[in-house]
Amino acid sequence: MQRRTMLTAMALSVGVPATLAAGLGPAGAATPPDTLVIAKNIDDMITLDPAECFEFSGGEIVAQMYTRLVMLDPKDFSQLIGGVAESWEVLDDGGRLAFKIRPDLKFHSGNPVTAEDVAWSLQRVVILDKTPAFILTQFGWTADNVKEHVKATAPDRVELTLVNRFAPTLVLNALSAGVGSIVDSKLVLEHEADGDLGYGWLKNQSAGSGAFRLLAWKAKDAVALEANPDFYLGAPAIKRVIVRHIGEPATQLLLVEKGDADIARNLSPDQIAKLTASPDFKLLAQPKQSILYIGLNQKNPLLANPKVREALRWAVDYEGLVTNLLKGQWQVHQSFLGDGMFGALNDSPYRLDIEKAKALLAESGAGPELKITFDVPNTSPYIDIAQAIQGSFGQAGVTVELIQSDQKQVLTKYRARNHDMVLMYWSPDYLDPHSTTDYFANNPDNSDEGTAKTIAWRNAWDIPELSERAGEAALEIDPEAREQAYLDIQKEVQASGAYILMFQQVENSVLRANVSGYVSGPTFDTVTYAGVTKS
Amino acid sequence: MAVASEQDNPAGLTREEPRAHSALRRLSGRALSLIASVVLTVFGLLVVTFFIGRVMPVDPLLAVVGDRAPEHVRAQAATELGLDLPLWRQFLRYLGEILQGDFGNSVLSGQPVLTDIARFFPATLELATAATLIGVCLGVPLGVLAATRHGQWPDQVIRVVALAGYSVPVFWLGLVGLLVFYAELGWVAGPGRIDVVYEYTIEPVIGLMLVDTLLAGDGAAFLDAFWHLVLPASVLGYLSLAYITRMTRSLMLAELGQEYVIAARVKGLPERLVIWRHVLGNIMVPLITTIALSYAYLLEGAVLTETVFAWPGLGLYITQSLFSADLTAVLGATIVIGLVFIGLNLLSDLLYTLVDPRAR
Repeated sequence: MQRRTMLTAMALSVGVPATLAAGLGPAGAATPPDTLVIAKNIDDMITLDPAECFEFSGGEIVAQMYTRLVMLDPKDFSQLIGGVAESWEVLDDGGRLAFKIRPDLKFHSGNPVTAEDVAWSLQRVVILDKTPAFILTQFGWTADNVKEHVKATAPDRVELTLVNRFAPTLVLNALSAGVGSIVDSKLVLEHEADGDLGYGWLKNQSAGSGAFRLLAWKAKDAVALEANPDFYLGAPAIKRVIVRHIGEPATQLLLVEKGDADIARNLSPDQIAKLTASPDFKLLAQPKQSILYIGLNQKNPLLANPKVREALRWAVDYEGLVTNLLKGQWQVHQSFLGDGMFGALNDSPYRLDIEKAKALLAESGAGPELKITFDVPNTSPYIDIAQAIQGSFGQAGVTVELIQSDQKQVLTKYRARNHDMVLMYWSPDYLDPHSTTDYFANNPDNSDEGTAKTIAWRNAWDIPELSERAGEAALEIDPEAREQAYLDIQKEVQASGAYILMFQQVENSVLRANVSGYVSGPTFDTVTYAGVTKS
Repeated sequence: MAVASEQDNPAGLTREEPRAHSALRRLSGRALSLIASVVLTVFGLLVVTFFIGRVMPVDPLLAVVGDRAPEHVRAQAATELGLDLPLWRQFLRYLGEILQGDFGNSVLSGQPVLTDIARFFPATLELATAATLIGVCLGVPLGVLAATRHGQWPDQVIRVVALAGYSVPVFWLGLVGLLVFYAELGWVAGPGRIDVVYEYTIEPVIGLMLVDTLLAGDGAAFLDAFWHLVLPASVLGYLSLAYITRMTRSLMLAELGQEYVIAARVKGLPERLVIWRHVLGNIMVPLITTIALSYAYLLEGAVLTETVFAWPGLGLYITQSLFSADLTAVLGATIVIGLVFIGLNLLSDLLYTLVDPRAR
């Protein structure tokens, strides 16, 4: 009897589900043919307002929902093409730019896209003054003057007047960033509260004219997009895109393997190798403009010694790390502008040479006992990279103490200039060399009170002359001269900068074989879902 | 006697009246001490969480405006969030806000913290309840079986099973479970709470997917939600089972040696009555505590399980918020967890009085 009672209890908890499993079972996997499901870590997404959004995941979604004033050509990302602007002209030697607005363009709401919308969208970015606003305010526009300098001069014409002069290509490249997204002013203003220009509302809504409109965004869970049948480049073939937040790569692997996801975005090299061995999957490897480097704080007298910095550059096993550890996820790149960017320096003169490093350290007069701390984000592959570097530095005679912390903690320390060495990642804000040069080769005030917390400042690298040259390159109108200026700056930074520039990221996405037309592009917001088809 | 009684009772109350009066007084006294303990606990939780959160070596503005925001944007955000005030004033300001029912907005989701919790907590509640049901329905009988077959093979097997539940990392178990039962055998559905097909057709009502799908009258969606729940609930249920089994076994063993058990057996009581009524009845109070603790532990949110199964629950919410220094979200969620613990404590107390006459 006693046993019977126990068996009854167990049967209830095990038997019933087991019977259900045998009898019914879950519905078969495979995503619907008109739906694209992407498995990705999207926990950085905090807003979808183009005037505020500056996160990788958010930027990617915003790019699907809005058409920008000018766009990068998805077929060749080095070329600018019209977006909301059909064409443009440079006036007054680059002091003014005029844009002709594409006719018959409509927002998702059905409202026509007008020159007023264009001017209002750009003005809104400047007036709200959120994080990415600096991309536009660098042109000298402020909340007080922007309406005067950014205005619709005809129903189909917008004119921008630059207060601070820059090369016209730089201005156009900046306008192809997320802040150049054109917003449906009529719709947004219907939701304005206390003169906030719809800021409170647009955070988790869409009001654009892009290939997709927002269906729903559940933070840390999923984003759902619905195709815009009136998209000016043609209605997308897929009707719905769902980006699921899957933080764990092993779970992403299972989902895409089973067919519950079409694309997995954050797999490890081993997982990618496993999947791509099968004809059911294909790999899309896309070099990104993201750079991995070591910052060398010049407040540390050891690292301020140029010979020591030079020695350390020869004590990194670049090729070994790429081959054995990073396996296709990063490639060797020893300058701060990634391959593919206008003006990029693609020389990689440094390789592992312990003897040379030792000789340089001996020449440096830094003494026999060399000890440095190394701050590293506590996630893969950063820890593994740091450990390998700790090993090779040790061979050269430099003792490295690793300090592993959460990435935001590392960043906090870095911003306070309290590190010795730090392993960090950089990605440009828009596809123009100025975006990165302005951080790596510009430090207008090296005091602790300096407000431009550029990467050069964070490493206390005092470079008044180089900062001036970086500023001049941004103004250069002649493309060849501009390119040469960036090449020269990179050479100097590569040889004597307060950094060890090491790798350029290659984003590896695994797609199920029936998915085509997915474009990744060189930055986080050049990912394009519009051309995706599923056979 | 009558005179004396009248003198002692000048108001002329009957004997029942003072008894009722004192019972009422006792009850209101208990209610007051309960409210005081709830308030003190929540306050203590808030103080500790707030100050730990603020002394963490992470710049809270990084989560709000990012790394590349110009200084004036950072300063503006700091003022809006009150981060430029001294720590004690920040705390007072926060207390003032929550007393008005405003728990603030989460930086990471841009939503009011209460809205977030209303979305994340039901996911955890659903998972933890299913897991605890599995743990109790299997764990208690297994513990009883192990104790009554002490030293024999069923006991050995059950001890190994329970020990494995304790020692195997739940993260690994979840991944292996997915690999075998989802990827290979296809018996259960994959990660997430429901298939993408239903994701945006089911209107959340109370947030429990099984209930919401039923309320929507969508049988297929209900089954889909069920198949998504089975594996994570089983994995967590195993963890809960391991704990409950071991506790039941040791409580039973201690009780089985008591004289009243020998007396009952000598008296000729059937064994099932001895075990299930007398022995189990006597260990019920500590067992309820065990189950309540296990349930409360799961309600905090099982971060690793939630990560593996892409289950948007409270554990994941708190962890990600903590790493991003999103203190508003962490504080809000901490209060919820504190209240859950207090609620479960009260529930256990209530159950004690039901199962143990001495507690009445």
